Amino acid sequence: MAMGANITTRIATAVTVVVGVTSIVFVLIHLVPGDPVEVMLGEYASSADRAELRTMLGLDRPLLEQWLRFVGGVMRFDFGISFHTGRPVSELLGTHFAMTLLLAGAALMVAITIGLPLGVIAALNAGRGWDTAASLLAVLGMSVPNFVLGPFLIIVFAVKLNWLPIGGANGLAALVLPAITLGVSLAALLARMVRAALADVLTEPFVTAARARGLTEFTVIVGHACRNAALPVITVIGLQLGALLGGAVITEIVFGWPGLGQLAVESIHRRDYPVLQGCVLMISLSYVFVNTLTDFAYTMIDPRIELD
Amino acid sequence: MALSIRIALGILLAWLALAAFSPFVSSDPDEIDLAGILVGPSTIALMGHDDLGRSVATRITAGAGVSFAIAFAVVTCACLIGTAVGLYSGWKGGIIDLLIVRVMDVFLAFPGILLAIALAGILGPGIGNVVIALTVVGWVGFARLARAQTLSVKHRDHVSIAVALGTSPPRIVMRHILPLIAAPIIVEITFGLAGVIVAEAGLSFLGLGIQPPTASWGSMIRDGTRYMLMAPHLVIMPGCALMSVVVALSLIGDRLRDHWQIDRL
Repeated sequence: MAMGANITTRIATAVTVVVGVTSIVFVLIHLVPGDPVEVMLGEYASSADRAELRTMLGLDRPLLEQWLRFVGGVMRFDFGISFHTGRPVSELLGTHFAMTLLLAGAALMVAITIGLPLGVIAALNAGRGWDTAASLLAVLGMSVPNFVLGPFLIIVFAVKLNWLPIGGANGLAALVLPAITLGVSLAALLARMVRAALADVLTEPFVTAARARGLTEFTVIVGHACRNAALPVITVIGLQLGALLGGAVITEIVFGWPGLGQLAVESIHRRDYPVLQGCVLMISLSYVFVNTLTDFAYTMIDPRIELD
Repeated sequence: MALSIRIALGILLAWLALAAFSPFVSSDPDEIDLAGILVGPSTIALMGHDDLGRSVATRITAGAGVSFAIAFAVVTCACLIGTAVGLYSGWKGGIIDLLIVRVMDVFLAFPGILLAIALAGILGPGIGNVVIALTVVGWVGFARLARAQTLSVKHRDHVSIAVALGTSPPRIVMRHILPLIAAPIIVEITFGLAGVIVAEAGLSFLGLGIQPPTASWGSMIRDGTRYMLMAPHLVIMPGCALMSVVVALSLIGDRLRDHWQIDRL
């Protein structure tokens, strides 16, 4: 019963947020200094051309009608026409979104393979050298911006050692450096969370009880402690998956990875506002989607938790 | 005090001093030395020269000034607006609170820097627009924090007594609530400064922030990425400068949070 009510309120919240996000993105195009039509066509366009474009974009309609049209379009996955290519924005979004998802997924794998062991090692050696080293690494990892780490990695692994390509999206090798760049800060955050959660769990009576029953240290830690420490960690992974999508924007620019972020920044430089709107919407809506999903997963893993 | 905190404070104070005094002491950051184009660090120029023959060290100190000025401006605006909204929302409660929370939810639904990129891109580059874009993104964190803290404090006895004594609400909020929630807000300011410094550099890296010839760490890294093969110091130097400030600020923030025993991730 409580579960059902939870789901309804959570979905209702998500829907309001989605409408809000869509409205803010809609407002963006009206923030363009001066007349967007003038910006798009340049100073020398004839007034007939301007009027035609204005009608085509629906900019001559009342604001409320424009907004309703925009929201209606978004619901049908219709984000308008790109000024630059003249093709539907949704086509562009489809191909680039897949690339961003691939990058974010790979970064998540990187984060888990680095972050989990680092956190476990730190927790098992709490207060000792390994712990200090791991926590320093974590601070470094969380502080290094993508646009600093990316070029550093390129200098070392692409320019000096020549092991991996500098950028682009040809083959799996090209995915390695961007994935590491994007994944490191999440790895650092995960290591911190795992350390805190596991250190807490290790003081619980059931761990002592498991040891007293003569179980091997490996079974105690992996089978008993880690399972109980998993919940906060899963939440962090879920919530940060959305942050990965945001961080992907800059990483994609560093490596020339043809994802949504690169498309967004290119569309800013080309003043291709419908494409920009589409990219921002796409990324934000996936963020909302993942967060809502994480909330559900959270209650399913641990039924003691109720969402408010 | 732990050694790491002393080092962090030292680094931060050194950067602040460099940023504050460099305009009076150091040479012009736009000065060109043609013989030095793309030359790496040496005894003559500690950090080498960039692609136009400008001193990297001088430009980094000039960039520090720009970076700190923007960070202080944004965090001040975001903190004032956010704290005021959060206090008001938490104190008022009811339908107003609900509405404000929904608005905050919407802003929080944009991942990190994305909204700032879109805003800066649409408003056009320039220092003023960077401050606007980052404030629009940054106020929510303060608002959410101030609201949550206000809710936890407003039912304490001393507040109820102040209400019973007929103290005016603005006075209660300013004198009896704000001092109690100041500690977490100061921690948030520390992390906020680090966040804004990174975000400004990020926008400038994308070409949406500080415009040439003004020195900025982000645009220096951006320009440097074109010469990574022959002059990696153009990326490494400003990158390390940025890292040192951000790591120092995070260490200080962590330390303050532990000191005041605020449990938030």
